[in-house]
Amino acid sequence: MKPTNIFDPNYFHKVVDCQWACPAHTPVPEYIRLIAQERYTEAYMLNWDSNVFPGVLGRTCDRPCEPACRRVRTEEKPVAICRLKRVAADNKGDISAWLPRIPKIKNGKKVALLGAGPASLAVARDLMPMGYEVHIFDKETKGGGFMRSQIPAFRLPEEVLDDEVDIILNLGVEQHFGFEVKSMKAMLDMGFDAYFIGTGAPRGRDLDIPGRKEVSANISIGIDWLGSVAFGHTTSIKGKVIVMGGGNTAMDCCRTAVRLGAESVKVVVRSALDVMKASLWEKEDAMSEGIPILNNRPPKEFVHENGLLKGIVFEVLRPVTGADGKLRYEPSGEPDEFIECDHVLMAIGQENHCPWIERDLGIQFDKWDCPVLNDTTLQSTLPKVFFGGDSAFGPENIIWASAHAHRAAISIHLFLTGKDLLNDRPPEHINLVSAKMGTHEWAYDSEHDAAPRYLVPHADKKKALADIKLEVELGFDRELGAKEAQRCLNCDVQTVFTDKLCIECDACVDICPMDCITFTENAEEDELRLQLTAPANNRQQDLYVSKGLKTGRMMVKDEDVCLHCGLCAERCPTNAWDMQRSVVLVPQLGSQAGC
Amino acid sequence: MTFVAKPKVHHPRLPLNDIGLTRRDYEGSVSTLCAGCGHDSVSAAIVQACAELSIPPHRFAKVSGIGCSSKTPSYFLSKSHGFNSVHGRMPSIATGANLANRELYTIGISGDGDSASIGLGQFSHIVRRRINMAYIVDNNGTYGLTKGQFSATNDKGSTSKRGAPNLYEPIDLVSLAIQIGASFVARSFSGDKKQLVPLIKAALMHKGMAFIDVISPCVAFNNHNGSTKSYDYVREHRETVVAADYVPHAEEITADYEPGTTERINMPDGSILQLHKLAQDYDPHDRVAALHYVQSRQAEGEVVTGLLYLDPNPMDCHDILGTVDTPLNQLNEADLCPGNAALGSVNASFR
Ligand SMILES: Cc1cc2nc3c(=O)[nH]c(=O)nc-3n(C[C@H](O)[C@H](O)[C@H](O)COP(=O)(O)OP(=O)(O)OC[C@H]3O[C@@H](n4cnc5c(N)ncnc54)[C@H](O)[C@@H]3O)c2cc1C
Ligand SMILES: Cc1ncc(C[n+]2csc(CCOP(=O)(O)OP(=O)(O)O)c2C)c(N)n1
Ligand code: SF4
Ligand code: SF4
Ligand code: SF4
Ligand SMILES: [Mg+2]
Repeated sequence: MKPTNIFDPNYFHKVVDCQWACPAHTPVPEYIRLIAQERYTEAYMLNWDSNVFPGVLGRTCDRPCEPACRRVRTEEKPVAICRLKRVAADNKGDISAWLPRIPKIKNGKKVALLGAGPASLAVARDLMPMGYEVHIFDKETKGGGFMRSQIPAFRLPEEVLDDEVDIILNLGVEQHFGFEVKSMKAMLDMGFDAYFIGTGAPRGRDLDIPGRKEVSANISIGIDWLGSVAFGHTTSIKGKVIVMGGGNTAMDCCRTAVRLGAESVKVVVRSALDVMKASLWEKEDAMSEGIPILNNRPPKEFVHENGLLKGIVFEVLRPVTGADGKLRYEPSGEPDEFIECDHVLMAIGQENHCPWIERDLGIQFDKWDCPVLNDTTLQSTLPKVFFGGDSAFGPENIIWASAHAHRAAISIHLFLTGKDLLNDRPPEHINLVSAKMGTHEWAYDSEHDAAPRYLVPHADKKKALADIKLEVELGFDRELGAKEAQRCLNCDVQTVFTDKLCIECDACVDICPMDCITFTENAEEDELRLQLTAPANNRQQDLYVSKGLKTGRMMVKDEDVCLHCGLCAERCPTNAWDMQRSVVLVPQLGSQAGC
Repeated sequence: MTFVAKPKVHHPRLPLNDIGLTRRDYEGSVSTLCAGCGHDSVSAAIVQACAELSIPPHRFAKVSGIGCSSKTPSYFLSKSHGFNSVHGRMPSIATGANLANRELYTIGISGDGDSASIGLGQFSHIVRRRINMAYIVDNNGTYGLTKGQFSATNDKGSTSKRGAPNLYEPIDLVSLAIQIGASFVARSFSGDKKQLVPLIKAALMHKGMAFIDVISPCVAFNNHNGSTKSYDYVREHRETVVAADYVPHAEEITADYEPGTTERINMPDGSILQLHKLAQDYDPHDRVAALHYVQSRQAEGEVVTGLLYLDPNPMDCHDILGTVDTPLNQLNEADLCPGNAALGSVNASFR
């Protein structure tokens, strides 16, 4: 293998598993350290800088970071990254001094943001400090998009959302609420210099099986129903309810239905439990509220008597994993199952849908009716029009909306300053700063804390089920937050090796608790992975390979399960190992990384 | 040294040995030696060797004298028996322990000061008595613990850190051990676990006095350019004559070596010791030739390593003394004091 180039910004970025997995690349270990130091406001602002909605995300994020967390590999349970974000948000002080300064004199360019969901709001946040005149349009009366209309209040209190939406709108965004965009052409005629389309994926899928038309009165499309609950139009649901679907909409529908007085609620899903789209914790939350989830049951027919819904017939399948590792469903041999119900909430997916974009404006759509975009710049085939969030590639989540927004904002800025959207794009950087403060002193808490993951306290179940607005999760208090913060391994404090200093004494090999380090002869990667102190069979994790040493061998470190405990550096007599804090600079408008 | 204890967590795929333990179960407390000290590598090699032998930790007895080296039994096998004795007196304690309980695997750890200076007398006599043990000297050519005075193994002409030359001839513990009765004699290097671990395993399974002289650099006081016990010097001047390979079960032998270069020796417990000759004419069973070779290479400043001498018919002190098979500490009062009649017949046998 060739020696590793640690100055490639991606090399150490990848070692910070959580940050690498986060679509917005939030510097997770850094904010966790700030929480441990009770510097909540700074922790909040670090989050705000990269993911824009820390209070919302600290409660609702899909948290791709957590399954990626190194602790999953060194023990089992990840650090509660998401809930720690909430600790920062719950305990933050006055942030006004930390907010970006907005130029009073504008730069003369006007940008229109269509839709006021997280994607558009985040674009506004990035463009405002650059002096743009930003206009936001939404058919609703308030900003927030699906965060307001879909995510139920028992998961996300309205005040938290209002607070974070207002921070952005108060930067001086021109607001056009109650404005339904009916024609893109009309919008283009308004003469903005650039457009960002962040109107989401607002159309819920329907299911065409026998009986569907006859029972329309008893069927609601999940996202429409949740929206009408959120805006207070629907306040109750009667009788027995079946929720069809296995994603997060289904989970929010069933938990909302229980709170609105349904006699019984069941979730019935086509797929098997562990491949359902909903996150593990969402399923657990639903089940802990007594809602059964029935799997492997595709619907066959709505049964009705003269248009009055009686129930649904489901086929019963059996999931089998084939030799190729793929999951298939076979007939189980069991008879079809009839499940009684009075009301159905259909939560089987959504689509992006922009009927108001005329198809002769130069904005091309593909065969799935998604806009044709450049993956990096998010620019459409009409140069002044950009997409992001759910409207770009179909339904995702809030953190992806933020990530898209940062990318689109850079593109818009490059576009409006006459630069090339790809070639002039600012690159990522990495800074390395030694964390050494003394012989046994590091600028971080290097000691490994073996504590298992702390549980987030919940509200009393009885009270929670009776009140749709009562937040179920209470969040960590400061003390629990401080304890959970200690579980973070500080993966951004990197082990950096200087080959010229190494005397090959083996001290680092001997002390390393995780058998990460080996001095060995060079070989091809496949072979090398087998000849290490502990076999390195996690191919997703890199090997850190040094240049040849005095004995002709080289140092190979498997990054897989390193605890970042710094013991290698403490035991090294020559400082050939050093622990260095890596700061990944992800280009972003208006942030310290700037462009 | 380190203040932070080594975390208990270990690699998720760390192999288990035959009795279901990992290597980590054979460790001790965190070392307080200087970072980079060769002695820590020797401890790590002992940990690995004991784990690979699948012997329960409580079946070991570790004994030592005084010195940085003699501190190391704290850093391995925390669940075994141990005695940290006085300077140069480890052999007395080891002898007593082995006589009392012949079933324990005895590991003696000493330094070049501990065994070649103050303890040379004790060293000589435990070797002569052929106590069944692995006697390991962490040889750094200096008194590490007392801050770097020349020890008796320091080569004449090699210098202190400040540049002052050593004026005395060195004592070569390997030559001495071959001469006075050790049945297994090896030399190794702390920086080469590939060589050292199999040697320690073989030494532990050998019945009789097994002596290993491990060149183990002192990073603080004897790892400079004028030293012949530095990492660099040893790496540049090392020659391995016989590599040992300890194979627990005969059926596990897979590697094929060139005919005539490999010798297999059956150990009392059914395991096999394979010797791979790397120097053509070297015969590890010829005491006089071995001595001659080691000495002549040494005269040229070279360091001969590997398994240097192996007695084809080893005996340990229990064989020599004809003690009972049952460990003495398990004998009951009736066995130990068989009464007047028995004493009478013993006395009669001498008349
Ligand atoms: C039930 C449910 C639960 C969810 N839970 C989570 C969760 O817990 N965590 C998570 O990360 N994600 C969750 N999501 C997904 C998340 O809400 C979306 O991915 C995210 O809000 C997309 O942001 P966006 O800005 O692209 O669009 P949206 O949030 O959809 O915002 C689009 C905005 O555009 C407006 N708009 C649309 N068309 C027009 C028009 N023609 N004229 C004017 N205005 C218009 C809408 O009113 C809306 O305000 C959930 C989704 C659903 C359906
Ligand atoms: C009876 C006695 N004399 C002298 C000393 C002082 N002393 C302590 S350690 C040591 C030398 C140890 O050298 P060595 O055995 O080579 O161990 P190292 O520290 O080099 O590993 C001496 C002389 C002592 N502790 N006891
Ligand atoms: S920081 Fe060093 S000693 Fe600690 S686990 Fe990582 S490689 Fe091993
Ligand atoms: S402890 Fe330092 S000098 Fe020794 S082998 Fe490791 S990196 Fe090299
Ligand atoms: S003084 Fe020398 S022998 Fe003692 S611990 Fe330090 S390096 Fe090792
Ligand atoms: Mg010494």
